[in-house]
Amino acid sequence: MSNNLSAWDRVLLARKADRPKALDYIEYIFNDFMELHGDRLYGDDKSIVGGIAYLEDMPVTVIGEQKGKTTKENMERNFGMPEPEGYRKALRLMKQAAKFGRPIITFIDTPGAYPGMGAEERGQGEAIARSMMEMSRLKVPIIAVVIGEGSSGGALAICVADKIIMLENAVYSILSPEGFASILYKDSSKSKEAAEHMKITSYDLKKLNIIDEIVKEPDNGAQEDFEKVAEDLKKSIIKDLKKLLKENPDNLIEERYEKYRKIGRDL
Amino acid sequence: MVIDKIRKINKSDESTEKNVKASDMLVGKWVKCDNCKEILYKEEVHNNFSVCPNCGKHFRISARRRIHQIIDEGTFIETNENMTTKNPLNFEGYEKKIEALKEKTQINEAVKTGFGKINGEDVVIAVMDGNFMMGSMGSVVGEKITCAIEDAIEKKLPIIIFCVSGGARMQEGLISLMQMAKTSEALAKLNEAGLLYVSVLTDPTTGGVTASFASLGDIILAEPNALIGFAGPRVIEQTVKQKLPEGFQRAEFLLEHGFIDKIVERKDMKETLYKILKLHKKGETKNV
Repeated sequence: MSNNLSAWDRVLLARKADRPKALDYIEYIFNDFMELHGDRLYGDDKSIVGGIAYLEDMPVTVIGEQKGKTTKENMERNFGMPEPEGYRKALRLMKQAAKFGRPIITFIDTPGAYPGMGAEERGQGEAIARSMMEMSRLKVPIIAVVIGEGSSGGALAICVADKIIMLENAVYSILSPEGFASILYKDSSKSKEAAEHMKITSYDLKKLNIIDEIVKEPDNGAQEDFEKVAEDLKKSIIKDLKKLLKENPDNLIEERYEKYRKIGRDL
Repeated sequence: MVIDKIRKINKSDESTEKNVKASDMLVGKWVKCDNCKEILYKEEVHNNFSVCPNCGKHFRISARRRIHQIIDEGTFIETNENMTTKNPLNFEGYEKKIEALKEKTQINEAVKTGFGKINGEDVVIAVMDGNFMMGSMGSVVGEKITCAIEDAIEKKLPIIIFCVSGGARMQEGLISLMQMAKTSEALAKLNEAGLLYVSVLTDPTTGGVTASFASLGDIILAEPNALIGFAGPRVIEQTVKQKLPEGFQRAEFLLEHGFIDKIVERKDMKETLYKILKLHKKGETKNV
């Protein structure tokens, strides 16, 4: 177990090119995944994949922020940085899941929402805001898994859930340590130092009660024994889902409300 | 980043702000508009809603002054005035910074919330203040906004939020980010209760505030030329490696792209809000 790694070590592990990506977990954990495309408004963003699948015998909706492993793949996936269309596609598919009573599982892995001109023109802020607002009221169980880099509003947009699982070496942060260092220390080279202060590791966030569960990884990261990590993650998802499915949907969304409502309440 | 820009303009805000004090009037009665460069008589600017009488530039104003402009005199009842951060990540120097700002700005956080009347109509109002850590949203801003939304639900009142923000507050890390989810889910409940939310975007509204409650109004108004966006202009320029065109991410640009309902000059803001409130008032509906 890599319990004694520094936060910065984990940032580097979370960003490793050969670290398993959303589609790797989706293919392993679910059966018969069928990808569905497009936001019905403007386009289809390849940095977010989504679709329908079975988890064992149960129909589910699956959403994932998808990075590439090679430069070519990353170009195609925009390095896992969604445009507004990605969030709008995700929300369309999640509302569809609620319509048909399917649980939702989301995989988070992004350096952030794409800060481009087109993204601004087409309402990046609005897309993220609406996704969070609507997810909070969907009357089906939602499980979010941070598998790599969970950075900023671009991650949170699909991370409003009943259970949040983090892979041990994944990180979840307000923005990248480099961005944080350049704003607060006026020096982006201090990102290593920033990472330690930002409380972004799975262990830090479990302690802060922001995430619920940690799935362990081998010493040098999930790519060292992908099947073991994916199998453990699958077990966690099934265990959580079994509990959540017993809940009355109205209670489910009330508890989801309270999960976020309490963060920063103690003032 | 947006932040430097805010800092710069805050300075000009202070100069128009302080003209309420007689002592300042004696020191300098004049102020230069940073847009049209015209030298202006401070009192005239002040009496003109802190808008340049020459070019119409809307100078940034404090939450206190905004409330004074919008809410009927003597009706504002502030809520959670003394709520202050507990420095949840034990970030070094943060508490000291907050204390110094409280002293300097005479407010305790980057948003003021409360109940009040607009031409006699009851509302819940939240007004952000860019002088306090650039209007950034940490646990207190998130909590106060959420409490205000919950107050509106409880009292069955409309809510108006004036936004000005550099985004989520760095010093509280992921706790700040989570305030985006918290405020958005509270607005989902407000929607279910069938209550009105008017969001007013003022210069600048960016980052995590744009990507949460600011963009979720039933009706979204903006002041002329306000900078409104998710990513800051400098971040975008670094990403796309080109200079942004004139007017990019300004209120007029958002109106053109369909993300706000209406641009309203400050002098007309109270009356516009009143008209919206009046039309939505329950029990007033008459059959045609």
